[in-house]
Amino acid sequence: MLTPAFLGPLAAHAFLQYALLGGILVAIPCGLVGSYVVIRRISYIAGAISHSVLAGLGLVQYLRVVHGVTWLSPLGGAAVAALVSALVIGWVSLKLKQREDTVIGAVWAVGMAAGIVLISLTPGYAADLMSYLFGNILMLTPRDLILIGALGVAVVTVVTLFHKQLLAVCFDDEFASLRGVRTARYHFLLLGLTALTVVVLVSVVGIIMVIALLTLPAATANHLTRRLSHMMIVAALLCAGLTAAGLALSYGPDLPAGAVTILLTGALYFATALIKKR
Amino acid sequence: MNTVTNPVLACHNLDFGYDGRPVLKDVNLAIPAGDFVSVVGPNGSGKTTLLKLALGLLHPTAGEVTVFGEKPERARHRIGYVPQHAHLDPLFPVSALDVVLMGRLGLGAPLGPWRGRDRDAARVALAEVGLSEHADRHFAALSGGQKQRTLIARSLAGEPELLLLDEPTAGLDAHVEEGFFRLLEELNRRLTIVMVSHDLGFVAGVVKSVICVGQKVVVHPTSAITGQVIADLYGADMRMIRHDHRCSEEGHQC
Repeated sequence: MLTPAFLGPLAAHAFLQYALLGGILVAIPCGLVGSYVVIRRISYIAGAISHSVLAGLGLVQYLRVVHGVTWLSPLGGAAVAALVSALVIGWVSLKLKQREDTVIGAVWAVGMAAGIVLISLTPGYAADLMSYLFGNILMLTPRDLILIGALGVAVVTVVTLFHKQLLAVCFDDEFASLRGVRTARYHFLLLGLTALTVVVLVSVVGIIMVIALLTLPAATANHLTRRLSHMMIVAALLCAGLTAAGLALSYGPDLPAGAVTILLTGALYFATALIKKR
Repeated sequence: MNTVTNPVLACHNLDFGYDGRPVLKDVNLAIPAGDFVSVVGPNGSGKTTLLKLALGLLHPTAGEVTVFGEKPERARHRIGYVPQHAHLDPLFPVSALDVVLMGRLGLGAPLGPWRGRDRDAARVALAEVGLSEHADRHFAALSGGQKQRTLIARSLAGEPELLLLDEPTAGLDAHVEEGFFRLLEELNRRLTIVMVSHDLGFVAGVVKSVICVGQKVVVHPTSAITGQVIADLYGADMRMIRHDHRCSEEGHQC
């Protein structure tokens, strides 16, 4: 993978260095938050949040181009859309447990639909739709890297401070609440972290493939480890390695890096699942 | 039964129903400190409901339930709850010690990692249930009986005065079950125990009183349920609950 076909251009092009660094930085929130998503079994909530991000991206693009509101950033729009979706789903899953799956589906599809309509109303930006949907790690800027790094620091801080409570809520939330843990708060905290992590992952693999990068390295790590802290570290290492490998392998043959990353991620996940089964 | 002074758990004229369907009606009971109570009754009779009312997870539609003379929510820190382990994720990445540590929530510092004091308490609790050498094993790799003991250790780590167990022997082999009741008997020396049970096979030796849950709830002191009565009631097949005149689906007749 570290062939001259990749190393040569890597030394020459800043955008490749940003991409590689972005993949490594993104692995921190990806490994930590992804582990929680897997053990709390909220992959589909993460899926709904990631697809609803398109509404935020579309709205910002529309306002910038059609109404000249240039101070809005697409990433900001994505974050707002993701957090709103997380709040809606979180509230519904607390109050109306039995309708949770329906609402997840609704947020998923309505978010996509709103995004598509807004993008089609915006002249000249259809090309962006593709990079939102499938990601483009080669477009990462130094500013993106700072944001991804800041999120990583925030996630590590939160996880260090509240690891006990988050673990207990994921394992047995009824028991946790009997021990005085405000489980609803931690439920929303986890959804909020998931929303922000989804937003940064969208820039790497795109809306459609986010769930795979968020959950498959963590699920693979779950096959290989027995404690959550170990699972998180292994998941983060896998995530970094897989994005780097996806980038390196896709560069020579000019394939989409996000899709190659996901193919590698999926292959590793199914391989460990099969070995584990035996 | 309400002559008990300072009962650990008490219900006064308690009614409870789900969406207007009555489950428990006019329940009056008082469990004294040091008792070992088995709650029995047919499936769907409201045994687990009674536990959840005592934990404050459900609220009575009429009447009241008190634990240590207070509302259940205020007494939770004095209750050790042992749920069924079947609903827990078998792949969950935790060791037995990690699970037991969860019982320490609410006792120590809320932020940051577990302190040495919490780890010590968790190890003591694991030793008490006879699982010291399994502390670092994957929870998923433990046998059913060991998982159940781990969950008891988790509740003990919270330093409870009352232990509530929900069908702790479901799915256990008979010989495992026996060791399990010796453990509970040991714990009963310092704790009040209330246990929901799917059968009465063990009752004769260990349990001090039996609560039969139909729609009405009746408490039998052990003096009333002698070995002979148990044998008569459940004798032929100890694992089968006979819904006869003492515990009927329609309600309680005695």
